[in-house]
Amino acid sequence: MMGYVLEVTQALLAVALAPGVVGLIRWMKARLQNRRGAPIWQPYLELRKLFNKEVVVSTNASWLFRATPFVVFASILVVTFLVPVLGAPLPFDRVGDLLVVVYVLLLGTFFLSLAGLDPGSPFGGMGASRVMTIAALAEPTVALAIFALALSAGSTNFGQIVARTLATPTAVMSPGHLLSFSALFIVTLAETGRLPIDNPATHLELTMIHEATVLEYSGRYLALIEWASMIKLLVFFTLLGNLFVPWGIATTPTPGALVVACLALIVKLGVLAVAIAVFETRIAKLRLFRVPELLSVSFVLGLLAVTSSFLLR
Amino acid sequence: MSLTLTLLVLVFAGYGAGVVFALLLSGAPGRLLPAGSAAGSALVGLVLGVLCLGGRGPAVQTGDLLPIAGLALRVDGLSAFFLVVIGIVGATTAIYGIGYSKPYTGRYSLRLLGSMLNVLLLSLTLQVVADNGLTFLVAWELMSLSAYLMVLTEHDRPGTIRAGQWYIALTHAGFAALTAMFLLLAGGDLTASFAGIRGTALAPGVRNAAFVLAVLGFGAKAGVIPLHVWLPMAHPVAPSHVSAIMSGVVIKMGVYGLVRVLVDLLGGGPAWWGGVVLGLGAASALLGVLYALMEHDLKRLLAFHSVENIGIIFIGLGAGLMFHAYGLGALAALGIVAGLYHTINHACFKGLLFLGAGSVLHATGTRNMEEMGGLIKPMPRTALFFLIGACAISALPPLNGFASEWLVFQALLGGWSIPQPEVAVIMPVAVAMLALSSGLAAACFVKAFGVSFLAIPRTAEAAAAHEVSSSMQIGMSVLAAMCVALGLVPAVIVRLLTGVLEGLGSFLSPAPAPLVGRLSVSGAFGEISLPLVALGLVVLGGLVPIALRLAGLNRRPRFSSTWGCGRILQTPRMEYTATAFAEPLRRVFAALYRPTDDVTIDAHPGSKYFVQSIAYRSEIDPWFERVIYRPFIAALRVAADRVRRLQAGSLHLYLVYVTLALLALLIAARWR
Repeated sequence: MMGYVLEVTQALLAVALAPGVVGLIRWMKARLQNRRGAPIWQPYLELRKLFNKEVVVSTNASWLFRATPFVVFASILVVTFLVPVLGAPLPFDRVGDLLVVVYVLLLGTFFLSLAGLDPGSPFGGMGASRVMTIAALAEPTVALAIFALALSAGSTNFGQIVARTLATPTAVMSPGHLLSFSALFIVTLAETGRLPIDNPATHLELTMIHEATVLEYSGRYLALIEWASMIKLLVFFTLLGNLFVPWGIATTPTPGALVVACLALIVKLGVLAVAIAVFETRIAKLRLFRVPELLSVSFVLGLLAVTSSFLLR
Repeated sequence: MSLTLTLLVLVFAGYGAGVVFALLLSGAPGRLLPAGSAAGSALVGLVLGVLCLGGRGPAVQTGDLLPIAGLALRVDGLSAFFLVVIGIVGATTAIYGIGYSKPYTGRYSLRLLGSMLNVLLLSLTLQVVADNGLTFLVAWELMSLSAYLMVLTEHDRPGTIRAGQWYIALTHAGFAALTAMFLLLAGGDLTASFAGIRGTALAPGVRNAAFVLAVLGFGAKAGVIPLHVWLPMAHPVAPSHVSAIMSGVVIKMGVYGLVRVLVDLLGGGPAWWGGVVLGLGAASALLGVLYALMEHDLKRLLAFHSVENIGIIFIGLGAGLMFHAYGLGALAALGIVAGLYHTINHACFKGLLFLGAGSVLHATGTRNMEEMGGLIKPMPRTALFFLIGACAISALPPLNGFASEWLVFQALLGGWSIPQPEVAVIMPVAVAMLALSSGLAAACFVKAFGVSFLAIPRTAEAAAAHEVSSSMQIGMSVLAAMCVALGLVPAVIVRLLTGVLEGLGSFLSPAPAPLVGRLSVSGAFGEISLPLVALGLVVLGGLVPIALRLAGLNRRPRFSSTWGCGRILQTPRMEYTATAFAEPLRRVFAALYRPTDDVTIDAHPGSKYFVQSIAYRSEIDPWFERVIYRPFIAALRVAADRVRRLQAGSLHLYLVYVTLALLALLIAARWR
């Protein structure tokens, strides 16, 4: 029973914390750029504003356009029940493994791209095309990073991956572990639309990727989609934080462990958010056609991770 | 006569009746009755398959029905599984065909189409229950020829004849390879039963030769790269329900043959066999989807995806064969089960997608995606069915495509257990190729569905489209339901398929049966439960709108035109096209496509800033055909020219040939 409480808690926590993480990144970036910056809770205010605004739907759009925000939000919610945000192994550990998470996220991307094409606007089509291109090119890296993690743990299920790393702390410094961490870090940037692949702050039509895809959305639909993409960022942060450095995670569903897990999670999210902010301040956006080069770097990192796991087993 | 034997006889009798109906009747009954008997027989075959999945099926030996000998039939677990595949696709496509072939009346031969549909389904059934080489080869040829005749149905359209030529040439090259293979396996006696072949120990050289011939013959039928060139030509020009059977079932006969010969008759082989099959599969998966991305012809796009999915099936089979060579029984079973599971899944979603494309073709008269658009409004049901198929083929959970791709991934992850690192490293590379191809497939189906069904109609024909007739909708809806159902019960299917493999003999160590609901396969690296994932998606997807309503955030939306930087009028020409959608990937993979672009701008004589017309032409280089086939065809031409000298037109000379041939045969017979 306690386990299911943990499940619901972590899902709610992920949903609640996600805008804060984005707010923290924005605030940190502003400070690094010598600006004062909006407060960390600014994204919450933006979501509230969007939820209360009127929805305008294109007359060209079909039911798919109106269903997509719910599909996207539901898919990310499912993921928050599967990924070890607070504890491992979770009661739903054997419902979905890493591959399920990756493909459920792809489900959201798939529908979002279709919705980009639906109103018939050239921007939406451009965004959809770019989103799918990047998603497809990031896929092999994701698979290899999963392979590398699964190799050392002997499973693609989260519970076992976390348990394995907790049991052998030295494995954290193994080349396979480090290489797949860096591969997954690049993928995180690509999948969540961060610099240098996509600029979350841009509104220049020709450079937009995610923003172009959702250009036709407004009101509560836009709020759902934006919230979902914030949660997606948090999910990738938790993957990076809890699969590679799992300490602090609740291995037993007791209230004490839960408090520790919450604190550890906030620390990890904070560290990663600051890292992203520093990273984004120091680099410029890549040209779209240079993005595949970056993704092939991450692919090679992933391949090296797997190969080194093979050779060092 | 036992029940199963009665059913088997009924299947053949039903198809036979269908042929007779098609030849005798004309008009509406000439469309209805042959399709009805095809669908009925396919359903009986389906029932037979389900009953015999456990392995105990009827066996028949007939008198001299065929030249030299009789038919030898036996239904075992593997045949039963393929009978199920044939049954599902055969029945749905036959029903769909009733509505689809209506406009053919008076234009094309319905007599030929109806009779050949029955012959094709009959030969497919015969194929999977054949118990000796001769029966197998006769069924194989019957299947190829009936499919060929149906490919030629719309003979007056450009490209049909050429497609037919490529198809018949490659399929016969495959047939030659298979005949040689069966002769090798059976020591020259094609009537030797499969049980006899299983019992004989063959020399390694013979086994390797048989393997190479099997890969050539079955690979040509399945359409693995580089033997795939006929597939994207022939499948699009056939009537759409025939395309569905060809992509859904006929190419799967290559898979069936490969499993039957390599797993059942030969009982596995050295590791390089698996490596070859795996390599061909990985190359087909990736190249198939890459070429599909560049297609604007909806049916050609689907045909290239068949190449991709056959590749995924081959990856599973190849991994299974490889693990078997290293004595990893459970992993070997996992690989082959994954391949077979993907076989039935692909049959369902590709059948569905071809039927959907057929409906679009029926409604708009074009296969070119750039001339469609907005079809979701006039054809809502077709659009929904196509969307389900598109999600399934893109391996999106919780549909069936994901279940089998997950199993293939799990099998490849097991590559870790291979003792030699230099061999084991193949597996992560295959994982990466599989992942890339599944990501690209998703991109491709966003393009296919988005450009054809969403936004505003691009042509007047697309704007005037209509929903298709109810028979066509029934065909599609059943396949769509199968795509959902097969994804929800993966554990049951895996258990059944494991049983099928155990029935094939000592090839596999029995794997513990998985629990229903939760998919945990011995040898696999993880566990999932797709029914619960589906439940989660549905429940959480339902909770969100309810929560919004409770919070009072459900104001009715306002409808307005698409925002376009202030322009007043939106025209279809402003929409993103399929070409534009695929452009980033075309640039990324330019080394493969070697595209040629040709832009001609016709400017106003007064100023170059006033453009009067722009012509843009872009092609990708089909270098496979150029590099592999053109030298071969040239050599064949030269050889044919030489041989032609024999044919001088003189009767005396021909008599000399006959005499010489007779003498040579007599001497040869004496020699032995």
